[in-house]
Amino acid sequence: MSTMNDTMLATIEADAGLKAALQQSRIDVIGIIRDSGMKGRGGAGFPTGVKWNLAAGVHSDKKYVVCNADEGEPGTFKDRVIMSDWPDLVFEGMTIAAYAIGADEGIVYLRGEYTYLVKQLEECLQKRRDNGLLGHSIQGKEGFNFDIHIHMGSGAYVCGEETALIESLEGQRGEPRNRPPFPVNTGFKGRPTIVNNVETFAWASAILSKGADWFKSFGTDKSTGLKLFSVSGDVARPGVYEFPMGITISELLNQVGGEGAKAVQIGGASGHCVPASQFGRTIAYEDIATGGSIIVFGPERDMLDVVENFLEFFQDESCGQCTPCRIGNTKLLDGVRMLKRGECSMKYLRELVKLGQTMQIAAKCGLGQSSPNAFLSIVENFQNEIMGRIPASA
Amino acid sequence: MLTTQQEKLMGELKAIVEKHGTDRSALIPILQDVQKCYHTISDFAMQVIADMLGIHPVEVNSVVTFYAFLNEKYHGKFVIRLCRTISCEMAGKAAVARQLENDLGIKFGETTDDGRFTLEWANCIGMCDQGPAMLVNDQVFTRVTPEKVHDILQMCEQSFGPHTLQKAEEHVL
Repeated sequence: MSTMNDTMLATIEADAGLKAALQQSRIDVIGIIRDSGMKGRGGAGFPTGVKWNLAAGVHSDKKYVVCNADEGEPGTFKDRVIMSDWPDLVFEGMTIAAYAIGADEGIVYLRGEYTYLVKQLEECLQKRRDNGLLGHSIQGKEGFNFDIHIHMGSGAYVCGEETALIESLEGQRGEPRNRPPFPVNTGFKGRPTIVNNVETFAWASAILSKGADWFKSFGTDKSTGLKLFSVSGDVARPGVYEFPMGITISELLNQVGGEGAKAVQIGGASGHCVPASQFGRTIAYEDIATGGSIIVFGPERDMLDVVENFLEFFQDESCGQCTPCRIGNTKLLDGVRMLKRGECSMKYLRELVKLGQTMQIAAKCGLGQSSPNAFLSIVENFQNEIMGRIPASA
Repeated sequence: MLTTQQEKLMGELKAIVEKHGTDRSALIPILQDVQKCYHTISDFAMQVIADMLGIHPVEVNSVVTFYAFLNEKYHGKFVIRLCRTISCEMAGKAAVARQLENDLGIKFGETTDDGRFTLEWANCIGMCDQGPAMLVNDQVFTRVTPEKVHDILQMCEQSFGPHTLQKAEEHVL
């Protein structure tokens, strides 16, 4: 399944899901999504049906459907491929969501780095307007009006966090809000807003087209369905793959040509580093959850280089609002550089581990809470490799 | 800045703001347009935009300084952003970085004296399966090698006419 044409997602008939949805009540559409058991494909794993139901239940003169296309997690590029190859599926999914929750405005928050996709996406939107798939009384459904516009990001990883994304849409610095209140109640401009990942909308179209049971026939009980994975690093065949949830890491590595790997980073910089001894574990919400980023490290890779790269990333991308994330990442990065110089005592390393654990609890948003994950898993799994270094110049 | 220049600029800025509207949510699209037109967002521009949106200029400044693609400092006509994140690093971004510095004669974070090129790092640009990758303005280049750097820069230079060969200072508002 290395080429995208072999995927199930490629076989979904265009707009069949939307047509099916419009023949049913809003409640039933949400019911189908809930029955499918789909959890958010961005990585956090919140059940999509529950999110839609919460927004649908709120009375408001205005609601919004927001597509989170701020794909910034290191090692993730499947949303770029979805938007290049099947933009219709994404816009269709947004339209289904709008019908389900009663929204009339949709916004795609597209990361600034993907500006080159805008022209194609705008053309696709215009075609949908021309074909009565967006606009007034969509597909003849009286009173169902919905249109979508694209809003560009400006180079900030933290804006992938849904409340930071909303702040950014409102013309503010992309600093995450406290939750609750959640966007489903108080979102964009204080109105009920659902924020879903690009891939979530694409699968929503597929589920409405093929049914909840079809979706549930893939994956595990707790992690239903198929998922796209972005595979990069030391593999023979990097690229985007579609696998059922619950696939083991070793099975995945076989498919992509990553046999003999020393470790796999699952979930990007904010994810976990899994050593070869644990390749029997599964990629699923009940074991190792991910938004789809798989970075493979071959036997020659230095894990301290890896964790240094991740912490440089977080130091740069921390919004600076809360202390655990702003200072914590700087201290962890200093610590990793001490380890590289061979100057870190075991006592200090333990202090750093405690600091990392504190960040997981005390940081304000998902970015800060997950930023020490890579550090902690590398310290736990590769202690022999990282201690007692003798620097190259010595 | 001369008064006439200032008036001209004010007119242009007003046109940009009118295109997007004066709602606060229009602020970032406005700033993106200003950045694209002038390669910088000057104090003067921030003041004009703030006045039109009815907010304090510091509010505008706080937004400009937050986002990597909005800049107070002048950026070149071509902004080169080389991805420094893990997959591109493993694919050999260091050699590409070195060659970019050599060919442009500047370090990362700097702009060439002729105002043509700015060299910056980018965090993951979503081309991890085809690294090393970099953006030149909105265009993406993948599997960049030190050898290819020269061709890419030359392609940029060829898109300049003689009339654009001005010093960086003249661009600064």
